[in-house]
This record gives sequence, structure tokens and C-alpha cells, in this order.
Amino acid sequence: MIGRRRIIVFGGRMIGQLTALERTYAAIILIVIICVGVAMAVVGRGDLLAVHGWIIAAYGMAVMVVLLRGIDAAEPWEERFREYYDDPTKVGIILSLIWGVIGMAVGVWVASLLAWPDLTFDAAWASFGRLRPVHTSGVIFGFGGNALIATSFHVLQRTTRARLPDQLSPWFVLLGYNLFCVMAATGYFMGMTQSKEYAEPEWYADLWLVIVWVVYFAIYIRTLARRREPHIYVANWYYMAFILVVAILHIVNNLAVPVSIGHAKSYSLFSGVQDAMTQWWYGHNAVAFFLTAGFLGMMYYYLPKRAGRPIYSYRMSIISFWGITFMYMWAGSHHLHYTALPHWVQTLGMVFSLVLLVPSWASAGNALLTLNGAWHKVRDDAVLRFMMLAAIFYGIATFEGSFMAIRAVNSLSHYTDWTVGHVHVGALGWVAMITFGSFYALVPWMWKRPALYSAKLVEVHFWLALTGTVVYIFAMWNSGIIQGLMWRTFDPNGTLAYSFLDTLVAMHPYYIARAFGGLLFLAGAVVAFYNIWMTITQPAPVDEGAATDLPVEPPAPRAWAQAGE
Amino acid sequence: MSFDHDTIVGFSKSFGLLYLVAMSIGVVIYAFWPANKKQFDRAAESVVSDEEDRPWL
Ligand code: HEM
Ligand code: HEM
Repeated sequence: MIGRRRIIVFGGRMIGQLTALERTYAAIILIVIICVGVAMAVVGRGDLLAVHGWIIAAYGMAVMVVLLRGIDAAEPWEERFREYYDDPTKVGIILSLIWGVIGMAVGVWVASLLAWPDLTFDAAWASFGRLRPVHTSGVIFGFGGNALIATSFHVLQRTTRARLPDQLSPWFVLLGYNLFCVMAATGYFMGMTQSKEYAEPEWYADLWLVIVWVVYFAIYIRTLARRREPHIYVANWYYMAFILVVAILHIVNNLAVPVSIGHAKSYSLFSGVQDAMTQWWYGHNAVAFFLTAGFLGMMYYYLPKRAGRPIYSYRMSIISFWGITFMYMWAGSHHLHYTALPHWVQTLGMVFSLVLLVPSWASAGNALLTLNGAWHKVRDDAVLRFMMLAAIFYGIATFEGSFMAIRAVNSLSHYTDWTVGHVHVGALGWVAMITFGSFYALVPWMWKRPALYSAKLVEVHFWLALTGTVVYIFAMWNSGIIQGLMWRTFDPNGTLAYSFLDTLVAMHPYYIARAFGGLLFLAGAVVAFYNIWMTITQPAPVDEGAATDLPVEPPAPRAWAQAGE
Repeated sequence: MSFDHDTIVGFSKSFGLLYLVAMSIGVVIYAFWPANKKQFDRAAESVVSDEEDRPWL
């Protein structure tokens, strides 16, 4: 099979880039991981923990096979220090796209389940409650997280002009993170959950993610320490805020005590309203620092780069950075309006959510003003159009969010599909669009191709994505507001006018429309995957100099040793 | 004064306001400090230049 052979060839070439010492360390780490997996399988006999133990061991062995195939390759040349280290970025892009297609396909499935509940086939693993977190984790962590890791390594190196500090730790982060994602998804299918939204994986997976994340942050710090330019470009601030804050959130929200070392189940350290507040402090800042700050980092690099114009106002980007970081921290309580949470805490969250509109729109405006004067490029270049659309949807999502955070508005929107609509304005319109736009810009640079395989397919994807998003969010806005209004309509006797079943009947057509919109969006993602795969696998052009990322004359090296290791 | 819920609330409401306002003013001063303008401009320009294509050695 051509695909398999290519993967092996790519794998071999990538191992060849590692030094002999790094290959040895990699083997040791993998042996430790395999042993831990087997130990979990033994200790957790009779518990779902054992299944995860075997999955970890199998994952470790699969990576080991790739490593062993290339273990005796020649040592890499000193020459490698003249180039950035981009192999983890390349693999990250592909993993992100694979997770994206899987996660969105499950999203379409979940959407169809809501329209046609019989689609569970009576199988426990295919029930709504299990598939839904596979969708949310698949798209947020699988698709979004891999995209953030891949692009952050790229942006970090270009903006500091320093090579990554070593060649092993980026692989540890990328592959370790994907092991976490695999544990998350397989766990949900088996019915495992901590019952905390976006933090469902159990204690051992959480501990593993902490290790991976600390290494990730260390890569950032070590690379920055060797930068040439004293000032750190603003995109890196966003990426670093994303890494640092996600670490804090993840650790605090997942504080839990396992039933025993041989059990997957654990109990949270928090209970009652404290638990709710901790969870939504986490949940909202996951939105803020995972789905917003990280992707803003992406936007602040790839949008100016692609447009060929520096960011409109660098000052504004700094002010909005601190605005977003200060204020998001306090906004989580808007998820808990009208609950047992003290009234003043709800008000605090509401006020901060309203003020948040200022730095959010400053970022969206900054992006659009950067494009101002280059509209002809936006018209001709679908890649740039993806980025522009992302900025617009970011503006819509944050406006809507600030509005929904007002207690009186939330009394209508909470628990309804309006929230789901808001989520997907951000998720489809902002997160996915900026990711696809950045990938389309990045892929030809990474694989040294003069252009993408097909500009027409980018155009097709653009329209599929835009139509899909619009259909999805209008369906949910309509459904949500109808639902909310029906729930609060009283008849003259003072009793509720509609039963819950009445609202379901009213929502049915919108659920069908949403599934259709999602299908269009998924089709777009498949097109993107095909286009990028063809770009990678088509033979490299003879004229390599045509790729924008390669200068004709590399600067003369001063001393190899300075580049690290 | 005993250390109870009201103490914490009082502290968050007063100190929270002060330090957030102070940090905001600090950020604005930093962003508009004339001497910083040059490095900001250079940072903004560096992304669109072709200079960054290789690591510095
Ligand atoms: C093909 C496109 C997609 C479809 C069809 C889809 C569909 C769905 C459905 C049906 C739900 C459950 C809603 C409910 O429980 O009522 C959902 C929830 C969610 N989806 Fe998607 N989705 C798609 C893409 C995405 C993407 C790309 C992201 C993130 C980057 C995302 C993030 C989320 C989140 C965070 C939730 C949880 C919302 C909440 O709890 O309020 N989705 N999606
Ligand atoms: C100024 C910015 C924003 C504010 C003030 C805001 C506010 C809100 C509010 C009030 C809710 C509904 C809470 C409820 O009734 O339960 C919500 C839900 C949500 N928002 Fe936003 N939002 C903002 C931006 C964004 C962005 C950019 C995204 C990106 C994807 C996003 C993703 C979400 C998600 C995933 C949820 C659902 C949480 C859940 O219930 O599972 N938000 N937001």
C-alpha cells in the first residue's frame, strides 16, 4: 500500500534526524511507558483501568516499532542546525486533521442522534452520553490541541529565530499529548467519566497530561532563553498564556482521590457549590485560554504573514492580551446564574464578561484593520478569507457571549440550544476557520511546495465551511429561542403552557437542519484533508527555491554549538 | 475581627478592584511608553520580513 510505505519512509527519515543519544533516551522513555501500561493492566485487573493499561502499552510499542526501524540510521549532519526543527509540526498538522475529521464525524452523528434518537443501535458505547464527549474532546483537544502544538512550535522558532532546544522533547509532548487524547476517547466509549465537562478523563490520564504539559512549557522557556531579539513577539505571549493557564486550570479542577490505585474511578476534592464554581472557573477559562488565547496566537502570526502586512496596531495587541488574561479569569461564574452560588459572585462574572467585550473586539478589529487596504488579496485568496472570516466570527461569538452573560438574558438562553449555537459560532466560525486558514498557509512552507495541490479545493472548502456554519448557528439560534420562550410561557391559570414534549416537537426541524449544516462542515474538513495530503505526497517540484520559506543564500553560520543541545 | 466569609468578601471587593485597576494602568503605560515604540515596530515588521527563514547561529 502506497500510504503505508510512505509513512514508513517518512518515519525513518524523521528518526534519522534524532541524534544517537536522543534515540537512546526515546527508547528508555518508551520502555518506561510500556512497563507502566503493563503494570496498570496488572494492578487494575477486573477494572476498566486494565483496558487503559493495555492501550498505553500498545501505544508505546507502536511508537517503539517506528523508532527501532530507524534506530541504526546514520547520525544527522551538523547541517541540521541551519534549519528549524519542523518534523513535530508536520506530524502535528496531520494528527490534527485526522482528529478533526473523526471528531466532526462524531459531531454529525451526535447531531443526528438528537434528530433521530434510534441511531444508537441499542449499543451502550453508541449512546448519546458517551458519543457527546468523544465529539467535544475529539474536536477541542484532538483537532484544536494538536493544531496549537504544531503551530506553536513553528511560530516560536520563527519569531525567536532560535531552533527548538532539543529534538526529543517536542516528540514527547506531541505523542504524549495524543496518548492522552486516545485515553480520553476510548474511556468515554467504555463509559468512564469524572462528570466534569471538558475534563472527563480520570485521574491517571490527568496526571499524565500534567507531565506532558510541564515539558511543553519547558520547551517554550528554553527556546525563548536562546532568542536573539530582546522583545518577544506577541503571538508567543498568547501561546504561553495558553500553556501556563491550562496547566493551572487542569491541576486545580482535577484534584481528586482515586478509590484505590487499582481503580479508574476517583472522587473530586470539591463538593457542592464549590465544585460547581471550580468546574466553571475551569470550563470558562478552557474556552478563554484553550479556544481563544492559543488561537489568537495563531492569528497574530499567520494573518499578518499571509497578508504580507504587519499587524495594524501592535500596541493594541498588547493591551488586549492583558485585558483578556486579567478578565477571563473572573468570568466563569456566568455559567452559574440563578444557582446556589452567592449573588455577588454571579454579578462579578457578569460584569467581567461585559468588560471582556473590549479586549475581544480590539483583537478582532486589529485583525480586520490589518486586512484593510488589502481587500483585493482577501478577494483572490481563499486562505486569507478563512482568516478574515475567523476574525469576524470571533467578534460575533464574543459579542454574543457578553450578551448572554447578562443575568436576565441568561434566564432565557441557559439550558437551551442558544448556548450550543454560541459554542459553535466560536468553534466552527473562529477555532476551525483560523486553524484551516493557518494550515493552508503553513503546509506549503513546511513541505517546501510552491503551492497547495489545489487552490480550487480551498475555495470549495471555504464555501462548504461558511454555509455549514451559517446553517448550524441559525438553526440553533432559532431552536434555542423558541425553546426558551416555550419554557417560560404561562397560560391564564398560571401553569406552563407547553409540555417538554411540545418543545421537542418544535425543535425537531432545527435539529435536522443542524445535522445537515454539520455535514457540510464535515465535508469541508474532508476536502481539506485530501488537499493537504495531496500537497504533501505529490512529488516535490524541481525548483525548490520557489517555496517562500527558503532564502536563496543562507546566512553564514557562526558557531554550531550555540544552537543548543 | 474574625476571619470568616465576610472578611474574604471584603478583601476581594477592595483589593481586587485596586490591583486590577493598577495593573490595567501599568499595561497602558507600558504599551504607550515612547521608548518602547521602536521595538514594537520592529517586532511587528519582523513577522512579514523574510529574515526569519533560518535560525540565527
Ligand atoms: C461538523 C461539525 C460539528 C457538528 C455537527 C457538531 C455537533 C454538535 C452537537 C450535536 C453537540 C451536542 C449539543 C447538545 O448536547 O445539545 C455539540 C456540542 C459541542 N461541540 Fe460540536 N459540532 C461540530 C463541530 C465542532 C467543533 C469544530 C468544535 C470545537 C472546536 C465543537 C465543539 C463543541 C462543544 C464545546 C460542545 C459542547 C457544547 C455545550 O456543552 O454547550 N464542535 N456539537
Ligand atoms: C467575551 C467573550 C465570551 C463571553 C463573555 C462568553 C460567555 C458565555 C456565556 C454567558 C455562556 C453560557 C453559559 C450558560 O448559560 O451556561 C457561554 C457558553 C460557552 N461559550 Fe462563550 N463566551 C465568550 C466567547 C466564547 C468563545 C470565543 C468561545 C469559543 C469557542 C466560547 C465557547 C463557549 C462554550 C464552549 C460554551 C459552553 C459551555 C458549556 O455549557 O458547556 N465562548 N459563553
